[in-house]
Amino acid sequence: MNEFDQLMTAMGAAGGDRAVLDDPATAHLVVVGSRIISSRALPGLDVEAAAAEGGVRVKIRLREGIQLTAPVHTCFGVVHREGDQRIDINIVLEPDSSARFIAHCLFPKAERVRHIMDAHVEIGAGASMQYQERHFHGPHGGVEVIPKAVVRIGKGGRYSSDFTLTDGRVGALAIDYDVEAAEDAVVELTARVFGHGSDDIRIRERVVLGGENARGIIKTRIAVEDDALAEVTGITEGNAAGARGHVDCMEIIRDRAVAKAIPIVSVTHPQAKVTHEAAIGSVDKHQLETLMAHGLTPEEAVDVIVKGMLG
Amino acid sequence: MNLLELHDIFFTVSGREVLSGLQLAVKAGEVHALLGTNGTGKSTLAYLIMGCGGYRPVSGGIIFAGTVLNDLKIHERARLGICMAWQEPARFEGLRVRDYLTLGTAVEEPELALSMVGLEPARYLDRMVDSALSGGERKRIELASVLALRPKLAILDEPDSGIDMLSTNDILRVLERLRGEGSAVLLITHRDEIAAAADHASQICGGKIVCSGSPSSVAAVFKSRKCISCDGEVCSDE
Repeated sequence: MNEFDQLMTAMGAAGGDRAVLDDPATAHLVVVGSRIISSRALPGLDVEAAAAEGGVRVKIRLREGIQLTAPVHTCFGVVHREGDQRIDINIVLEPDSSARFIAHCLFPKAERVRHIMDAHVEIGAGASMQYQERHFHGPHGGVEVIPKAVVRIGKGGRYSSDFTLTDGRVGALAIDYDVEAAEDAVVELTARVFGHGSDDIRIRERVVLGGENARGIIKTRIAVEDDALAEVTGITEGNAAGARGHVDCMEIIRDRAVAKAIPIVSVTHPQAKVTHEAAIGSVDKHQLETLMAHGLTPEEAVDVIVKGMLG
Repeated sequence: MNLLELHDIFFTVSGREVLSGLQLAVKAGEVHALLGTNGTGKSTLAYLIMGCGGYRPVSGGIIFAGTVLNDLKIHERARLGICMAWQEPARFEGLRVRDYLTLGTAVEEPELALSMVGLEPARYLDRMVDSALSGGERKRIELASVLALRPKLAILDEPDSGIDMLSTNDILRVLERLRGEGSAVLLITHRDEIAAAADHASQICGGKIVCSGSPSSVAAVFKSRKCISCDGEVCSDE
C-alpha cells in the first residue's frame, strides 16, 4: 500500500471519506510528510503549496465575496513510525467571503513523530471561516503535535475552530492559539481531547476582543485517564465597549490523571464584560446514578458521559 | 401480591434519624402515592429503594419481587425492573434526547414516549439533554424515559414539581400508561389531584408511615397537618 492509500485508510478510520478528494467541486490539499500528494483549487479559491525544509509551505486565499458551499479538505499526516512534518500555512479570507475547512491530521502508526503547524489566518471584514481539525494518532502515543495559530478577524467577521482528538492516544499536544477580534467580530474556539496512558495535553488559547461589540467564547472539554496530564489556559481580554467574552472549561479525570484549568480574564474597558467557568473532577455523581438507573454499569455510564462531553 | 416491601427501615444522616422503622408495601401493578411535608424523608426513601450512593439502610430490609435489594448496586436494581424519575433530573452535555430515551431499553423508536408527556418528537428527539432545556421540558423527558424503560416499579419523585398546572393531565396520562402496562408506581407528590389518581396512598411523617388507605382519606389527614402519630408536632405546617 502506498503512502497515499495508507493515509486514506487512516482518514477512513478517523471518520473521514476519501471520496471527497475525487469531487471536482471540492478543494483539497493532501500532504504526507513533506510530500505534496494532491491539491485542487477552485474558481475564487487559490491553493498554493510548496516543499520547504522539513515540510511544506501553504498559501490559501479566498477571493472577496466568494462563498464556498463545499468544505475545503486538508489532509496532513505521517504514515511511518518515525518522521517530522512542519506545515507553515497562511490563509486569507477576503472581505465578505466564507468557507469551511476540515483538516484531517493523521499519524496512524506514530511512535516517534513530530507535527508542527504554524498558521496565520486573516479574516476580512464580513468574512466567515469555520475550521474543524480532526486528529487520529493511533495507539502508541508516540506523537508530538504542536499547532500554533495567529488569527486576525476583521470588522464583522466570524471565526470558529473546533479541534477534536478523541480517538487513539494523544501523545504530547501543545496547542497555542492567539485570536484578535475587531469591531462586531465573533470568535468561537472549541477543543475536545481525550487523554490516556502518559499523554500530555497543554492548551493555551487567547482571545483579544479589541473592537467594539466583539464577542468570543473559549470552550474546552477534556477527559483524562490513567496517568495523563492536561493543563488548559484560556485567556480572554475585553478591551472595548460592548465586548463580551466567556471562558468555559470542563475536565473529567479518572485513575491517576491530573487536570488543571487556568482561566485568565482581563477587562480594560468599563463597558466590556468577560466571564469564566471551570469544572474539574470525577464524573458527576448524579449523572452517573441517573444512567445506572437505566441499567448501565458504572463503566458504561462513564463512557456515555465522557463521549457526550467530548461531542 | 406485594412487589416491593420495606421492612422496619432505619436510616440516619450525620447521626440524625431520618427513617425510623418505616414499613411500606407496594403491590404489583399498583399506583401508590406517598404524601408528606418537606423534609420527612420521601426522597430519601426513593434513593434507598433505587440504591443511590450513601443511601443504605442502617437496618431493615428492602425486598423487591422476592429479592433482597440492600446490597445491590443501582444498575443491578434497574435490571430487576426498578427505575426512577428524579425530582431534579440530571443534564448531559452532548447526549441527545433520542439516545437518552433508548439507554438501557429495547425501545428503538422513542417517539411514543415523548408524545405521551406532551412533547412533539420532531422538535425534541435531536435536542441535547442539557441545560438548554427548561426545567419543565427536562422533567417531561425524565417521565418519557420511565415510560420507555417499561419498568416493573417506577419511582416518580415529585413529577409535578416544576411543571405547569396545565400539564397535570400529561402526568395523569403517564400514570395511566404505566398502570395499563402493569407497572407499579411509587408516586411522591404534594398535589391532591395527582395523588387522587393512585390506587392507594400512604403518609410519611417523622420517618415512619403514619397513615395508609385510599388517596382521599390519606390526603384529608395530610391536609389537616395533624397525623395520627405526631398529632401535628412534626406534620404542622410551617
